[in-house]
This record gives sequence, C-alpha cells and structure tokens, in this order.
Amino acid sequence: MSVVAPSERHPDGRPLSTERRGASVDIVNVSKVYGDGASQVVALDNINLSIAPGEFVCLVGPSGCGKSTLLRILAGLDYQTGGDINVDAQGWEVENAMVFQESGLFPWMDVETNVRFGLDTRGVPRSEAKQRVDDALKLVGLTRFRHHYPHQLSGGMRQRGAIARAFVTSPGMLLMDEPFAALDAQNRTILQAELVRIWEQTGKTVIYVTHSIEEALLLGTRTVIMTAQPGRIKTIIDVPFERPRDVVLLSASPEFGKMRLEIWRVLEEEVNRARAEMER
Amino acid sequence: MSVEAIKNGNAPLASNSDKKAQAARAAERAARKPSKLQERLLYLVSPIGLLLVWQLLLMAGFGDRRFIPAPSDIAVRYYEELFHGMLLTHIGATVYRAFTGYLLGAIPAIAMGLLMAMFRPVRIFFDPLIAAIFPIPKVALMPLLLLALGFGDASKIALVAIAVFFPVIVNTYAGASNIEKIYWDVAKNYGASQWVMFRRIVFFGALPMIFAGLRIALAISFIVLVASEFVASKTGLGYLIWSSWELLQVDVMFVGIVTIGFIGLIASALMQELQRWAIPWKAN
Repeated sequence: MSVVAPSERHPDGRPLSTERRGASVDIVNVSKVYGDGASQVVALDNINLSIAPGEFVCLVGPSGCGKSTLLRILAGLDYQTGGDINVDAQGWEVENAMVFQESGLFPWMDVETNVRFGLDTRGVPRSEAKQRVDDALKLVGLTRFRHHYPHQLSGGMRQRGAIARAFVTSPGMLLMDEPFAALDAQNRTILQAELVRIWEQTGKTVIYVTHSIEEALLLGTRTVIMTAQPGRIKTIIDVPFERPRDVVLLSASPEFGKMRLEIWRVLEEEVNRARAEMER
Repeated sequence: MSVEAIKNGNAPLASNSDKKAQAARAAERAARKPSKLQERLLYLVSPIGLLLVWQLLLMAGFGDRRFIPAPSDIAVRYYEELFHGMLLTHIGATVYRAFTGYLLGAIPAIAMGLLMAMFRPVRIFFDPLIAAIFPIPKVALMPLLLLALGFGDASKIALVAIAVFFPVIVNTYAGASNIEKIYWDVAKNYGASQWVMFRRIVFFGALPMIFAGLRIALAISFIVLVASEFVASKTGLGYLIWSSWELLQVDVMFVGIVTIGFIGLIASALMQELQRWAIPWKAN
C-alpha cells in the first residue's frame, strides 16, 4: 500500500514519514556494450553500486558517461549486456516509476488522466484510483489544474504532474532522469525543495540523474560521480548535510561551496582527460 | 483621468495631454483593424461580386442564356428541382453512398494503419500491397466493381471505400510511427499492455495525422463517387449532371454542381467540428 493512501496517514492528514523505506538495489558488475567488433562502444563498464532502502542517490557525470543508460536499465527500458541487478521492492506495488526529462505527460490526456495512467494499466479499481489520484495531486499542488491538458500548463507544473504520476503507483523507487533540466532557475529551485520535502515525507528510494554537481549535493544522500568512455564510477561521495534540508539555505552555506569545489576538482580532472583524449 | 482615481491615489504619473494622445492613438489602432463583422462581410464580397458580374454581363447581352444560364435562371431552376423535381432523391442517393463508403473505407484503414505501426510483421505484410495499389487511380477499378457488384449502390460504395482507404491508412501509419519515443517509454515503464498501448497511446498519438488523412479522403470520395455516377447509375448528383448534359439542360447541370459544392462545404465543416471535439489537446 502506498504511503499516500488514506489509511496510512497521520491524524492531521500528513502522510506517515519514513516508517517504511523504499526498495534496495544491488548493481553487480553491470556492463552495457553497443555494437560489436571494432565499432563497439562501452557505455557502462563494470558498474558496482549498492543502494540502501530510502536512499537518495544522485548520478553525476559528463554526457556520455552512461548515467542515463544505467537509469533506463533500472527502469526496464533497456538491458545490460553483462552483470546483475537485484532490486528488493517487497511490499511495494511496483518496483519503480520513472520521471522523464521533458515530463512525458501524454498531451492527449488531462492531468488527472495522466496521473491515473499507471493505476489504470494495473487494474486498480476506480474508486481507489480516484482517492489515490486526489492524494497525489494534493501532494504536488495540482488539484486545481486536474482537468487541464499539458499544453495549458507551465513546464514546472508539467513536471509536478509527472512526479504525481510516478508517486501514485506506489513504487519502491523513483527513477528521475534530469527531471528539472528544462526548467528556469526559479522553478527548478522550487521543485527541488518540493522533491526533498516529498522524499523526506515518504522515504522512497530515489535515483536521480543530473549533470549538475550543485543539484546532486542539494538533493542527495550520496553522489556517484561517473566518467565517460567507458562509463565507470569514479568515486562515491557521502553528502553529510542534515535533514530536513532547506535547499535554498544550504546552497548559500560555506560548507556547501567547499564541497562543491572538491567535487568539481575531481570532475575537472576527468573532463580534461576526456578532452585531451579526444584531441589526440 | 477621473477625479476618483486621483483621490484614491491611483493616478498614474501621466499628464493630461499625454493621456489624450494615448487615447487618440488607441482609437486610431482600433479604426485601422477591421471588426469581426466587417471581416465577415469582406469574406462574402468576392463570391457575391462574381455572381453579380455574371448576371449583369448576361443581362447586357453578352453570351447566350440557353448555354450560359444567369444566376437568377439557376436559382429558379433550383427551386423547381428541389420542390417539384427529383433533386432530393439524387442528394439522398449520393450522400448515402458517400457516407457508407467513407465509413467502410476509413474505419479498417485506421485500425490497420495503427497495427502496422505497432507490429513489424503486419507492416511487412501490408507494405508492398499498399505500395502497389496506392498509385492506381481508383476510378480505373469501376468497371471491375461493376462486374463484381452490379449497377446498384454496392459498386459505388465499394469504390468510395477503396478510394478512402489508402490516404487514411498511409496517414494513420505515418502518424502512429512518428509518435515520440518518450511516450512509448512512459507507457512501458508504467506497465501498459499491448492493448492499452494501442487504445490509449498509439491511437491518440496518431489522431492529428488520422484527421489529415480523413480530410484528404473526404475530397477524394466525392471525386470518385460523382465520376462513377456519371457512367454507372440512374440516381445521384453525378447522374443528374451527366443526364442534363445529354439533354443539354445547362441550368440543371449547374443545379447539380452547386449542390455538390454545398454538400462538400457542409461535410468539411462537420469534419472540422469533429476534429475540434476529438483533439481538444491541440490548441486550435
């Protein structure tokens, strides 16, 4: 049962916090190779990563480092060519739900129908679905816009709709592929804060792909830094900032700036190496 | 600038003369832009003007009214055909054939176009067939259909259905196969079955292109139907036009032509309404 289901709420209507944690993920020696022979491209090279229930892991790296490929494999939209992925999502209705970069709300469905989509496909009864859609829309603040079509919404509102559509299915983990990359800076900040709030309330496992170090540090509990050609994990950094987190305050703090710089040094080295290799 | 506004402290920092100049400019802009009513009237100027010139030239003695009837002659003839002649029967026959044939052609075309986009084997099976038959002018099939189905409504309905089928299936397939990849990904990630995929993603994603095909098919259906009624029918507007040519009743010919024009106009207006109703997510 979802944590946004009515039975699992505080008397004051707030969803129960972190009593139940999300799925755990074990990624063991996972590789992804495109093509064969001389034209072979190694998108992922021997990736090992263990994600605990309820973690918020950010994958950061230059484009072409395979972070989106890894996410798509986790989402079941692509397949690894080697290695194993074990997901334990026991007690959750579905293993994962993905939030895509450009929201991917179906233009021909209104917001409510879009959010209900993942429930319809799994045959959730009408009355239960309605209640859950109501809760999800409330969670992201779209109740008033439930009968609007995506083209009538701003980019930020569309992304809220996509988040509601993912949450409503009660997934063990949330897979997010640069969900706020197309938004303007103000909207991005607002939605980051909302996402952190929702995550803290629901305790789901989140795997979040971004190219922004800043975003990874603001949101996640761990930051996985990946390198390109072949796609490998360079380092994994624990993000120590306290919870509940105020993303606006945090981004202005000196500790945050210091950490960002450290990570940038790691990544800079990598970017320069890749550039040198390309020019050679 | 009202005294009330100034008292309330809402007065903008503009002098009186500025305000006047602004108002004058606004009025000027308004005057330059024609109103809705004016635009609609303007819309009627060219057709009415044409009829008027036509009428006046004939009344002035240019041309022979036996061969080139004046608009007033056609109007009189129209009235007679409508209330004392067979016009309504002909309209009924043509509309019935067009409508039935259109549905019989369009519905399977939509279904098959979607299946082609979803399933590779279906596409491979039908592709060469469509490529071979699409370019044949469909009126060329009329004798064959007469042989198979006789001189009744069936042969005309079948011809319309065949003619409608191809533009609709080609457009449906194009629309469905051009649905953005992200929507397939979303549907798959959210557990959609093939049937859900077909009904809720592929169909709606292709709908704008389906309507493009339906509009083209509408025009084609009237072309082939009237042509077939010329040669192989004793009812219908095509027959009316052809028989009046044989009897040299030029005014009746015009009655038929004008009626087809009206029916086409109504049909495309209905199609537009249907499209607006079916695709509410496309602004305009």
